[in-house]
Amino acid sequence: MNAAHDDALTLYGETFTSRFLLGTALYSSPTVMQEAIQAAGCEMVTLGLRRQNPASGDGDAFWQILRDSGCRLLPNTAGCRSAREAITLAQMSRELFDTPWIKLEVIGDDYNLQPDPFGLLEAARELIGQGFKVLPYCTDDLILCQRLRDAGCEALMPWGSPIGTGLGLMNRYALTTLRQRLDVPLIIDAGLGAPSQAAEAMEMGFDGVLLNTAVAKAHRPALMAEAFAEAITAGRKAYLAGLMQQRQTASPSTPTVGQPFWHRDGG
Amino acid sequence: MSEITLRLNDEPARLPAGTSLADALHTWHYADRRVAVAINGEFVPRSAYTEQVLKDDDRIDIVAPVGGG
Repeated sequence: MNAAHDDALTLYGETFTSRFLLGTALYSSPTVMQEAIQAAGCEMVTLGLRRQNPASGDGDAFWQILRDSGCRLLPNTAGCRSAREAITLAQMSRELFDTPWIKLEVIGDDYNLQPDPFGLLEAARELIGQGFKVLPYCTDDLILCQRLRDAGCEALMPWGSPIGTGLGLMNRYALTTLRQRLDVPLIIDAGLGAPSQAAEAMEMGFDGVLLNTAVAKAHRPALMAEAFAEAITAGRKAYLAGLMQQRQTASPSTPTVGQPFWHRDGG
Repeated sequence: MSEITLRLNDEPARLPAGTSLADALHTWHYADRRVAVAINGEFVPRSAYTEQVLKDDDRIDIVAPVGGG
């Protein structure tokens, strides 16, 4: 029996067999995006809302593919710069997508798109009070994450590094501390550029990974989605299996007893 | 008939005074589109479109699904 086989991810009481959440931006075409979603095997995809000119029919193919994918939709509040903006966009998303799920983003800085912890917490409190299932995109600050959990967030999404950088897990100490101190599901969101980085996050005990750019901007997005999916599965299995303790000195794995050619007199 | 001037997705727009949001969406060819609306930064639910009368200087945001991360 494979111990990882029945290892489902539970978010707000709903179970997911995939621990890979995929973004839907930056693909060269809707078809390429569709292939990536299928290759990823994901069950939840993020998407956004933007002003639309009625003459533009661009969104129709996009929307059809997402609907046909069967994935749960996780609308975001990307680009919002205050709690008020994020709350309004979340309300618009809930109506448009008929879902209480929201990836809550309140951006505090244009340079690194770092979440504004104060606006984020304010918006999270308000939206949870309105019945939303809030997945906050947050920094790796322990106190912020504790406050978000206390506000009612049943899962958190700390960054690995700034959006779109591909820098991986920038602050392992902070992320390890989050994992040790919080018992809600933690999904690494943003900054992952390589499957090895996703595997490391999963080996550290994170519950899932959300990414977009690394797949969408690969030369072959579907193949990269598959690579990430395998890395996430491998990392999760390794975490469940239990990694060995690291040590500074060598320790032979082959028994030393019975070593041939060895003599007590050193000869 | 008097007119009002407002902002539609940050572009100038004009409508007859007393126009409802439902009629404005029809005029602007959004009526059958998958969109959500906010006026002056506040969400307006679909159920309120008919009774919501637009005013001078209203800032109207009309959004639709796009790819997002």
